[in-house]
Amino acid sequence: MALDDQKSVFKFVGTRPDRPDGLDKVTGRAKFGADAYAAGMLHGAILRSPHAHARIVKIDASKAEAHPDVKAVVTRADFSDKVEFKPGLAGEFWNVLENVMAGEKALYDGHAVAAVAATSALAARDALKLIEVEYEVLPHVTDVDKAMVADAPVIREGASDYSVPEGLHPNVVRYHESGHGDVEAGFGEADLVIEDSFTTEATHQGYIEPHACLASLGGDGKGELWCTTQGHWIAQKTCAALLGIETAQLRVTASEIGGGFGGKTTVFIEPVALALSRKANRPVKIVMSRSEVFRATGPTSSASMDIKIGMKKDGTITAAEGIFRLQGGAFPGAPGDMTAMCAFAPYDLTNVRQVGYDVMANRPKQAAYRAPGAPMGAFAVESVLDELCNQLGLDPLDVRLKNAAHDGSKASYGPTYDQIGLVKTLEEAKAHPHYSAPLKPGQGRGISCGFWFNHGGETSVSLALSGDGSAQLMVGTPDIGGSRASMALMAAEVLGIPYENIRVTVADTATLGYNDVSHGSRVTYASGLATIKAAKHAVEKLCERAATKWGIPVDAVKWEDGCAVPSGPNAGDFDPLPLADITANMGATGGPISGHFEATPEGAGVSFGTHIVDAEVDPETGKTAITRYTVIQDAGKAIHPAYVEGQYQGGAAQGIGWALNEEYIYGEDGRLQNSIFLDYRIPVASDLPMIDTVIVEVPNPGHPFGVRGVGETGIVPPLAAIANAVSNAAGVRMRDLPMSPPRILAALKSGDG
Amino acid sequence: MDYHSPASFTEASALAAATTGVTRFLAGGTDVLVQLRSEMVTPDLLIDIKKIDGVSDITRTGDGGWTLGVAVTGAEMSEHGELGREWPGIVEAMDLIGSTQIQGRATLTGNLCNGSPAADSVPAMIAAGVTVTVTGPDAERIVPVEDIPTGPGKTSLARGEVISAVNIPPRGQNGGDAYLRFIPRTEMDIAVVGCGVSLRLDGDNVTEARVSLGAVAPTVLLVEDCASAIIGTALDDAALDALAAAASAACNPIDDKRGTIAFRTEVAGVLARRAAKIAYARAKGEQA
Repeated sequence: MALDDQKSVFKFVGTRPDRPDGLDKVTGRAKFGADAYAAGMLHGAILRSPHAHARIVKIDASKAEAHPDVKAVVTRADFSDKVEFKPGLAGEFWNVLENVMAGEKALYDGHAVAAVAATSALAARDALKLIEVEYEVLPHVTDVDKAMVADAPVIREGASDYSVPEGLHPNVVRYHESGHGDVEAGFGEADLVIEDSFTTEATHQGYIEPHACLASLGGDGKGELWCTTQGHWIAQKTCAALLGIETAQLRVTASEIGGGFGGKTTVFIEPVALALSRKANRPVKIVMSRSEVFRATGPTSSASMDIKIGMKKDGTITAAEGIFRLQGGAFPGAPGDMTAMCAFAPYDLTNVRQVGYDVMANRPKQAAYRAPGAPMGAFAVESVLDELCNQLGLDPLDVRLKNAAHDGSKASYGPTYDQIGLVKTLEEAKAHPHYSAPLKPGQGRGISCGFWFNHGGETSVSLALSGDGSAQLMVGTPDIGGSRASMALMAAEVLGIPYENIRVTVADTATLGYNDVSHGSRVTYASGLATIKAAKHAVEKLCERAATKWGIPVDAVKWEDGCAVPSGPNAGDFDPLPLADITANMGATGGPISGHFEATPEGAGVSFGTHIVDAEVDPETGKTAITRYTVIQDAGKAIHPAYVEGQYQGGAAQGIGWALNEEYIYGEDGRLQNSIFLDYRIPVASDLPMIDTVIVEVPNPGHPFGVRGVGETGIVPPLAAIANAVSNAAGVRMRDLPMSPPRILAALKSGDG
Repeated sequence: MDYHSPASFTEASALAAATTGVTRFLAGGTDVLVQLRSEMVTPDLLIDIKKIDGVSDITRTGDGGWTLGVAVTGAEMSEHGELGREWPGIVEAMDLIGSTQIQGRATLTGNLCNGSPAADSVPAMIAAGVTVTVTGPDAERIVPVEDIPTGPGKTSLARGEVISAVNIPPRGQNGGDAYLRFIPRTEMDIAVVGCGVSLRLDGDNVTEARVSLGAVAPTVLLVEDCASAIIGTALDDAALDALAAAASAACNPIDDKRGTIAFRTEVAGVLARRAAKIAYARAKGEQA
């Protein structure tokens, strides 16, 4: 539904001022997760299972407990026994508890089984060696397809929820099916039907800052937690449940965050540090090593997918069907439903059907990673579309334009689209010099579209004016993508005071109402909307003060360029009253002036992007170089365009890593083989070309300034666009990610990906 | 853990000979400290050899070769113009290791003693015919680089023996060397295959050659068949084909997280061919 007061002419929004956290970050003044210290602080360390699947027969911590440097040892028994197990995602607190500290079984290599707090980090690490754990090793499974077959080891009985049809393996814990039309009839109308299968490996979000926290919890049930997180209210709520304390008694402060990408939307070490602190009666700090981050925090899901698409000779898609199996570790939550819903969302289809499976295996609990589930589906679907275009001799952009979803299209996942920007991104792609640039021998070009829902979520914002006319804005969404700058710009736009006069703080859980996590590309949309509304709330009060001063009705005052002014000639003849003149006397004219807004906004507009990629493959070694990359994406309205471009480039960079080299590699023993950055290969700067960006602005009717989230859509098209570029360069269809050089060379030798 | 910083190699050798515990010599520490922190190796005795006189010197020898102290870093080698002009393959191989920060610490000797078959500088040193001086409790000996590694993480050095210098032979006339490695990225990675080539020409024909392969066997290999394939030729296509075939035939690799047997075997031939062409061009005095 369109807002009737949407703004389209701006003074501050759309400019590119300096980032407010820049000086802190380049001088080292910014405090990240590991930068907190407390008097009497202990250091925690976590003992982790070396087995992929094992019954924990006995834990003997007596030697560790007897060591003079050790002040506490905790196991599962030190957490609440009131957290209830329920199937699927209904018992998510239990799932998180089981993940942060194993119960009866260790479920993956790296699963926490015990923890110690000691007087130094080294002493804590050494004390882990004093804990004796007796395991009964069980058969394990790490592959998604193998986890679904009849004789696969069962991770946990009873974890499947109501959605799962009869007869499936107990490791299938959620099931999704949707679509419309008659796909069989549609395939019958096609001139060419291609059916193919694809796989992607799990990848890690790869944030440079490891998880870190400082926790303090007393016997009185009152606690303090400092941690690096994308959402401190969810950390508060989850930790309180896992420790059996009241939510409001735990105050959580979010540190500056060194990357999250979805991976810091849950807790891992925080409940453990709180349990250790409660037992030792001292503050406890835990900082994960990189190896722990890889082994025990959420990578994304691995996937196995079957796609069938029918097309007429003119490029019309007659029917599309996709089966998506996502492996999410030893817990429910793999986003097979999201993969299914996003896979065909860019296209206006008469006949479409999609099925998603959430499958458990002996791997770490998956966590969100930018548009969770969507990149894999796009890879499979857009690869088949590319192959259809190749075999029918059609231009891949023309075919996508022909089938593109537009305003009023019925989405593959059900609803009808409002105002959307996909066609505009395709038209911009076609007009971009990149698309018509000649390719050198050995190079190939690929394109792909991508879709993500975007999210609203519970949001609270407060804005307080100071006597000198400056403003402090308190938001509850940790700044993972430049939100402090964009919030300040939106507040400046409403208040009419300079960007520099506004300080934005990510408030702790004790000083602001509930806020959902910084995820779902929701922050600029939802916190932005709340910021605008809170600023307007303050403006109302400013106008009231002016009305009182002038002795006219409040509806005879309006706000313009940072000043109260009479709303028209009949309202009286008064000079504009600047904000700072009102706030200078606010104590004597009615008290402090603040604005607030709390809501769960529902108008997050969906977002589409189109990527163009050139790749060059060395035919003798299978090595790929990405030689040119262009991202075109609809931002609705770019509040701070430099940050928007950064989000686009970041999505492409992470997609390049995922497509070419990043993967979780498991040995036969079910142990992770590459839990360091040497062998888990994220792109280095020299691997990347300049990533060009085009910001399309088709306003979101659900935001006062037209904002759509931009943080996630940018990672949806890269896997497919790169795979299409590489396949076209190599002359073989690459169906499995990552497209590592050994895999490409083998495909070149056999003539089949 | 005991830490010592002896003033001489004789003293260092005596310290190492006198213990039965796990001993590590510390120069740049770019492997030792990483292994220590990740608890892969916890030494009982850490002998820091950086404080011995002359360990950071790059010295021209009487016969026109070079002696490098064991603590000479990759950055010092790269910034030493003359060494790189004579032995670009060795200097470039060393320069491929790690980041700028690592280059400020890492050494040829450390790379060799770490015993990794994927060590970048080792195939380049073997191709160049580099030897090391080994100081032991009783005597000093000169050992070709190819005789130091005996398996992953293992060397032929006896207890109490410590490498005290790196000896690079005179380049002489009409010679050139090169080292290439395969990594899936562009830098900051570990070799999936490495190949060093050094050769000398008489006119257009190769008269001397040494070819070394890394990461394709438990130790870095000196492959005589590769040398034979190009000696006496003008490095024509037939010679390059024979070189590549000999390189692939010499491989005895494993399947692991970094590459497959088939991939390493194939790419060893590709790199041998490419490195030989660069070394040949350099021997001709061409820029390459």
